[in-house]
Amino acid sequence: MIQLSRWKVVLLALSLVFGLLLAFPNVLTPEQRAKLPGFVPKSALNLGLDLQGGSYLLLEVDVPAMRAKRVDNLAEDVRVTMRDSGINVASTQREEGGVVITLADQSQNEAAYQALRRLVGGANQQGVVERAVTREGNGRLRFAFTQQTLDSMGATAVDQSIEVVRRRIDSLGTKEPAITRQGSNRIVVQAPGESDPAALERVIGQTAQLTFQMVDSENSVQQAVAGAVPPDAVLMMDEDGVTPILIKRRVLVSGEQLTHADVTTDQNGQTAIGFRFDGVGAQRFAQATASENIGKRFAIILDGKVISAPRINSTIPNGSGIIQGRFSIAEASEMVNLLNGGALPAPLKVEERRTVTAELGADAVQKGKVSTIIGFAIIVIFMLGAYGLLFGGVSVIGLLLNGLLIIAAMSLTQASLTLPGIAGLVLTFAVAVDANVLIYERMRDEARAGRSVIASMDAGFNKAMGTIVDANLTTLVAAAIMFIFGAGPVRGFAWTLTIGVFTSVFSSVLVAQVLLAYWLKVAKPKKLPIADAETVR
Amino acid sequence: MTWWPLIKVLPQKTNLHFVKYARYAAVLSVVLCVASIVGCFVPGLNMGIDFRGGASLEVSKPAGQVIQLEEVRDAVSKLSLGDVQVQGIARLDTNVQDGSTAIVKFQVPDGKDQTQVVNEVETAITAATGQVAYSGVSVVGSKVSGELFTSGLLALGVAIALMFAYIWFRFEPQFGFGAVAGLLHDVILTFGLIVLLRLEFSLNMVAAILTVIGYSMNDTVVVFDRLRENLRKYKTLPLRDVIDLSLNETLTRTIITGVTAVLVLAALAIFGGEALRGFSIALMFGIIIGTYSSIYVGAPIILLWGVKRGELNEDVKPVKLGMASRP
Repeated sequence: MIQLSRWKVVLLALSLVFGLLLAFPNVLTPEQRAKLPGFVPKSALNLGLDLQGGSYLLLEVDVPAMRAKRVDNLAEDVRVTMRDSGINVASTQREEGGVVITLADQSQNEAAYQALRRLVGGANQQGVVERAVTREGNGRLRFAFTQQTLDSMGATAVDQSIEVVRRRIDSLGTKEPAITRQGSNRIVVQAPGESDPAALERVIGQTAQLTFQMVDSENSVQQAVAGAVPPDAVLMMDEDGVTPILIKRRVLVSGEQLTHADVTTDQNGQTAIGFRFDGVGAQRFAQATASENIGKRFAIILDGKVISAPRINSTIPNGSGIIQGRFSIAEASEMVNLLNGGALPAPLKVEERRTVTAELGADAVQKGKVSTIIGFAIIVIFMLGAYGLLFGGVSVIGLLLNGLLIIAAMSLTQASLTLPGIAGLVLTFAVAVDANVLIYERMRDEARAGRSVIASMDAGFNKAMGTIVDANLTTLVAAAIMFIFGAGPVRGFAWTLTIGVFTSVFSSVLVAQVLLAYWLKVAKPKKLPIADAETVR
Repeated sequence: MTWWPLIKVLPQKTNLHFVKYARYAAVLSVVLCVASIVGCFVPGLNMGIDFRGGASLEVSKPAGQVIQLEEVRDAVSKLSLGDVQVQGIARLDTNVQDGSTAIVKFQVPDGKDQTQVVNEVETAITAATGQVAYSGVSVVGSKVSGELFTSGLLALGVAIALMFAYIWFRFEPQFGFGAVAGLLHDVILTFGLIVLLRLEFSLNMVAAILTVIGYSMNDTVVVFDRLRENLRKYKTLPLRDVIDLSLNETLTRTIITGVTAVLVLAALAIFGGEALRGFSIALMFGIIIGTYSSIYVGAPIILLWGVKRGELNEDVKPVKLGMASRP
């Protein structure tokens, strides 16, 4: 163990070279970084919003647009229900939050009322009945959202939008944005540093409403282009963007039923998007692709644009499939992130885009820096004091390598580093010396038991390793779980912790092994410098 | 120099009877835990702007003039409304960041009228930095959305469960229980301290609690590892003596690592300014408690439960002295 093994020296040298290479951009100004040749890593540490400011977006949740859309869907539900029940509707009138239908034949009044009652259905998850039907007399029926639903629609939409925006920004990496509601219908998004504001707007700006709708094959597209669009269909452009295509208004399955989307390839090796629906979605999808529809086409529509309109070749019973389209891998993965993040309940309008300074004042940042340096100095002094220049010094060199590797890894992965994050890293250093302390204490134990210098150092490393691995694996398990299940800041914390655990164990153990083995070889010591005074005879 | 390296000065073999005091420590721990849990409800955590939200106000001077952010921050802080955030922002009309516009965020304490608080804040800012225009007064929500909160709790729950499973698997079930009990003890007491000192509970505090969990686990595993080793080595020694022996053997390490961490955090608390103070104090306390709980929560639970000594040497042979090499 304690021999100077060649691969350990090589590993140490490699980690030093890569660490320096990746951490190097941090000492340059942004202008110098931009001039670096292509193969050299250019990214410096990505500081958090509290330390360096960034971009600021004020978004308005378009609640009226969402209300109008939901009333549209409600009207379409009413139309389809009346048609399926064989009831003649003379006219449909839009009202605030719903529709009023006038029946052509008053004798169907009761049948229509019962059909609409069934359409109302039960309460949603929150225990609220969303829609209601009322008789208005003279063969008129009103079908509308309840007042309670209309009132809460705006607030619910803002809350849902905040979650969706956060999930989407999380999918860009650990940026740690601040997302807050402002007033009744606005959202403020702040993202740190040079995070590309355009990319941010692109992921936030898309509503990501995914729907599957049938292509209307009974009516002529030419007539529709001429102006005779059937009431249950809408004219859109096909995936090429120029050919007109007539799409049925009725939504077969929508993005809400999506459980998972991923980037995949089709049988021709083209980039495609794989998707899977939940139980309800799978059932509806199976119905839509049932035998009577084979040969017909359906359209996959994202935010009002047809992205694909395939022909149904066979019934799809399990609710999963792929979307073929003309997209690059980058476009496909952006779309997958959007789909997995969920659709925005209402469009978001960017009202202001500005830049902001750091959340913390300059003096707070300065104090943070000073105290971090003092903290680091304390560890160095303490280790040198406790274990002497040689053994303490070896730990300090391990710490320096650890610091370098942390900066390198954080720069490489562009995870945001906040002030408490930095303070946490100083604590990581304290825990990093723990590995050295464990090793040194074991060596002292062995020396106390009367073993030679080489034997006690050897046994020290061997026996301490088990403890070090157990202690750090436990932390790593916790960090991995927090990264997978957590969101936002918890995820950021878990990431920093993971990096810290890896680099600290790696550098403290490896540096100590290599340097102490070298010292053994060169100095050929007769006694262990850290052994108790009286046991060294 | 006989005193340096300092490590030589520490007693080389301690013989403290930790277990003897375990029952008193247990009573103390239980009392403090109950008090902490009660404290989390009455008076409750002092939730900061991150969790509770507040009000925000845009302050601007004519283009070219500069608002002193520090002065504004100090002036609003003096109103003791709690957490205050002052951030410079680009001008709304020209979208240029020339230091003439800022956003001030502050909390509206319970039972106070928002309009009145906003007036107070405006008066304070005007007094501090001169005539400014106010616009865009609005209520801001919390930074922690519902889903962020539930997913955070879920992550924490699963992480603790998995650590428990890992220690169960690597050691014995009772070790897993001991470790998790110690961990919960540390988290609960840290919350108790946050309530006691009326520290503001912010997102940074969440990071502090997570760090305490990591440290507590780390410290416990080191002690348990030695305990397991000694249980194999001294098969006939009574369990309480093996526990005492293991705690004594790891004591030097416990002290050195703990003191290093506490010293670093003390430096952050003293020199780090307002932004780091609450965070460092909570963390420092959590680490002291984490060290204490490895000795007085984790180990006594194993004593209470008992260990079947035969089970411990199935996979690994008993550690013989001088396994690596003999002198």
